[in-house]
Amino acid sequence: MRRLVAVRLFHAVVVLFLVTTIAFFLLHFAPGDPFSFENPNIPGDVRDRMRAEFGYDRPLMEQYVRYMGSVASGNLGFSHLLRVPVTQALGTVLPRTLLLMGLALVISFALGIRLGVYEVRHWQKRRARASNGISLFIYSLPDFWLALMLLLTFAYWLPILPGGGMVDVVMHEYMGPGQAAWDRIKHLILPLTALVLIVTALIARYQRAALLEVLPSDFVRTARAKGVDERDIIGRHALRNALLPMITLAGLAFPALLGGAVFVEKVFSWPGMGLTLISAIGVRDYPLVVASVVVGAAMVVIGNLLADIAYGLADPRVRVR
Amino acid sequence: MFVEWLRGLAAGVRRLDSVSRAALVILGALFLAAMLAPVIAPYSQSHQIDIVGMKNHAPSLAHPFGTDRFSRDVLSRVLYGARISLTVATLAVLVSAIIGTLYGLTAATLGGVVDTVLMRLLDAMLSIPRVLLLIAILALWSPVPLWMLVLLLGITGWFGVSRLVRAEALSVREREFVVAARSLGAGAGRIMLRHLLPNVLVPVIVTTTLGIGNVIVLEAGLSFIGIGAREPAASLGTMFQDGTEAFAGTWWAALFPGVVMVTTVLCFNILGDALRASLDPRHLHRARVGTGTAPLHTAE
Amino acid sequence: MPDPLLSVENLRTYFYTDAGIARAVDGVSFNIGAGETVGLVGESGCGKSVTALSILRLIGSPGRIEPDSRLMFEGRDLLRLSEGEMRRVRGNRIAMIFQEPMTALNPVFTVGDQIAEVSRVHEKKGRKVAWNRAVEMLELVGIPAPAERAREYPHQLSGGMRQRIVIAMALMMKPALVIADEPTTALDVTIQAQILELLGDLQQKFGTSILLITHDMGVVAETASRVIVMYGGEIVESAPVDRIFANPHHPYTEGLLGAMPKVGQERERLQTIPGTVPPPTNWPAGCRFHDRCRYSWERTERAHPPLYEIETGHLSRCFLAEEPQRRAQPHEPMVAQS
Repeated sequence: MRRLVAVRLFHAVVVLFLVTTIAFFLLHFAPGDPFSFENPNIPGDVRDRMRAEFGYDRPLMEQYVRYMGSVASGNLGFSHLLRVPVTQALGTVLPRTLLLMGLALVISFALGIRLGVYEVRHWQKRRARASNGISLFIYSLPDFWLALMLLLTFAYWLPILPGGGMVDVVMHEYMGPGQAAWDRIKHLILPLTALVLIVTALIARYQRAALLEVLPSDFVRTARAKGVDERDIIGRHALRNALLPMITLAGLAFPALLGGAVFVEKVFSWPGMGLTLISAIGVRDYPLVVASVVVGAAMVVIGNLLADIAYGLADPRVRVR
Repeated sequence: MFVEWLRGLAAGVRRLDSVSRAALVILGALFLAAMLAPVIAPYSQSHQIDIVGMKNHAPSLAHPFGTDRFSRDVLSRVLYGARISLTVATLAVLVSAIIGTLYGLTAATLGGVVDTVLMRLLDAMLSIPRVLLLIAILALWSPVPLWMLVLLLGITGWFGVSRLVRAEALSVREREFVVAARSLGAGAGRIMLRHLLPNVLVPVIVTTTLGIGNVIVLEAGLSFIGIGAREPAASLGTMFQDGTEAFAGTWWAALFPGVVMVTTVLCFNILGDALRASLDPRHLHRARVGTGTAPLHTAE
Repeated sequence: MPDPLLSVENLRTYFYTDAGIARAVDGVSFNIGAGETVGLVGESGCGKSVTALSILRLIGSPGRIEPDSRLMFEGRDLLRLSEGEMRRVRGNRIAMIFQEPMTALNPVFTVGDQIAEVSRVHEKKGRKVAWNRAVEMLELVGIPAPAERAREYPHQLSGGMRQRIVIAMALMMKPALVIADEPTTALDVTIQAQILELLGDLQQKFGTSILLITHDMGVVAETASRVIVMYGGEIVESAPVDRIFANPHHPYTEGLLGAMPKVGQERERLQTIPGTVPPPTNWPAGCRFHDRCRYSWERTERAHPPLYEIETGHLSRCFLAEEPQRRAQPHEPMVAQS
């Protein structure tokens, strides 16, 4: 078990290394000079400092080493869009994205697993088959499309929820604590729903498939021969085994959620990392763009690492001897 | 052997239920319409009919999908847009399939250390979020020509294919005819091409074909935030973004491309499910143990 | 004669597949008495496993037990019970042991938990009691340090140990009948002997009847008092064990015995039965064994033999009962001629 963690950790570090390297080369070979003189947004002294720091005129390898060094020490460059170091900029917006993604992940898993079990347990009833069909439908929808439909439906045609942002920009400061909390929740509902719908559909499908994969197993047959009733056959014997691939799925869901978050944040103007990324694209704020990718990759790597560890703990074949 | 495979595929298709068959038909029709766009579209996709008088017209007999804010015929744009979306996705998937197959076959054929190294590398690359990477590259190099978009989509999407190919190839590798070939002195390349490849082809084709739906969505998303396909080669995603700018007033400009896009992806996914289930060899003939009260395989 | 414990009457289990109707069990009738060990023998594909699964009603779609079958057990027809009532029989009054010990146990639960589950399902005495009972059973089946072992997971145990666990689960509720489907086939020869011995001991102790399914006549010689030979979904011979070995009647039984290596005998070649079992979707019209039989003649090709009683308690489904002189004219079986 300890060995597993060590290996995975090493893995994670290698990947981060790889990603940062790719980021460097992207920055280096991208057309246009991110620190160019023509760009009026960077104050002169900062620009000079960056040039010195990044050694822009030095040979490639040296630049690379310096870059890696600065990244390792936490310096990801300077954002000319936001006029602050990238680390600071991301530090503000990342937690907001994490909030959205984290909630979406937890809710989706809880719902998705139950839905998958339900569909298998009641496979003969029309309701369960309809549920499967609906899952397929929702899963096929592009996230930005779904987000837009939700926005239109609930913020314009039936104006019951706010149309964007994280809080009511005008009124939030003047609200009492209860009202402020409700304000935050109201703004969370739509973007969260957009993410949750699709991810739940995905998880339900996978859970259903995993259960169906396990049901013909020999040990399920043994359990039936013991007289265990169908509810426990599916909900206990099969599920406990079928949950294991779900843990792996959680790891894989991270990149998917991240991508989804980008689009959802744009549609709902949720001030997270995704929206920042899109704004950065618009003004060619290279450091911010690249750093977002690196941080995103880091999140994925950490997520996978946690998932791997969780799997190791959950599967007795891995955990014990 | 190719004939055998075709026959197997035809049998799989025949076993599809009505919903899946409908999906296949719809998909076929869409593909046909999209490819024939230059022939059947009433206008070209960037033709502005009358910027003063004809803009933002609701759907009518003359313009069944209406006109957009630049007085372009939405129906024509949807046809061309579908063409672009489908072509980009199909070609990208093809690129992924080729790279993935080569990578997987190499890993499986050479085995040992090479295999381990290649797989570790693959794991590492899988950890990089595809969407973010694409956004970064496309943003930095924008505007990106269409062929490059295809290439980028392809290069970032082959990881799953290679895993699949490797797994399939490994299982075939130990079969007698391959062992026989090896003992007769066949080199790695020959084994790869003549023995492993044909057997690996079928699941690869099934999986990658279904992947087209996902790539369509991905490309649409990228176009939606402005870094994917651009005018005049507008894809459905580009159109959608364009249309959402003023959705409340001119809903048709975004609705129709959206509907076509969603329908296409939906059909791909339905087909995917069905084909995978009916081509799964375990599905055939095996009697199952159970009390008759639970499903025992993935096919409905 | 006391009433038999289990009376299988005209059991027919058919599978309705895309390739046709597979008549896996096609009219099988036999009895098992209390405390008796009956051996059910045949090659793979002859229907013995399906028979076993049918008794416990563990046949899933596309399989179906045909309506005119009857399974009389403890005064009730098992086929007429509701699913709930049947579940109370499974693992409780009739238990089953399967062939593959390596995959028979759930990998994510401890061994003790899985054995205790039988008690939790049927006895409702609480987890503590169930667990203690499980540890007792582990000791009974000869597992050293049972309390520690109970906390282990299946993957930590060897094949022989796992099969003992399976036996412990089966005997937990002291069932009247244990169906053992090839319990030793997947194990080493030395472990085989141990397991069979264990089964024998436990049978003595609890007075359970055993239906032992196997393809190995050697195993049957050791353990059974009566032998039923199946072929082509039917019973082709049935007799007390010593009669089967001393006076095998059906050519298939002869073939099975000929294929048995006997220690101490002259070293002759093992005789195999040429050909293979025909597919259950397509049983031949006449005698189902005729194309692999050394004595076949034109009657066996067109007519289906009934079960003859050739001596008391000894049945055989073969026209040789009516025409024994044909035995003097053996020839190459039809499958071998071509």
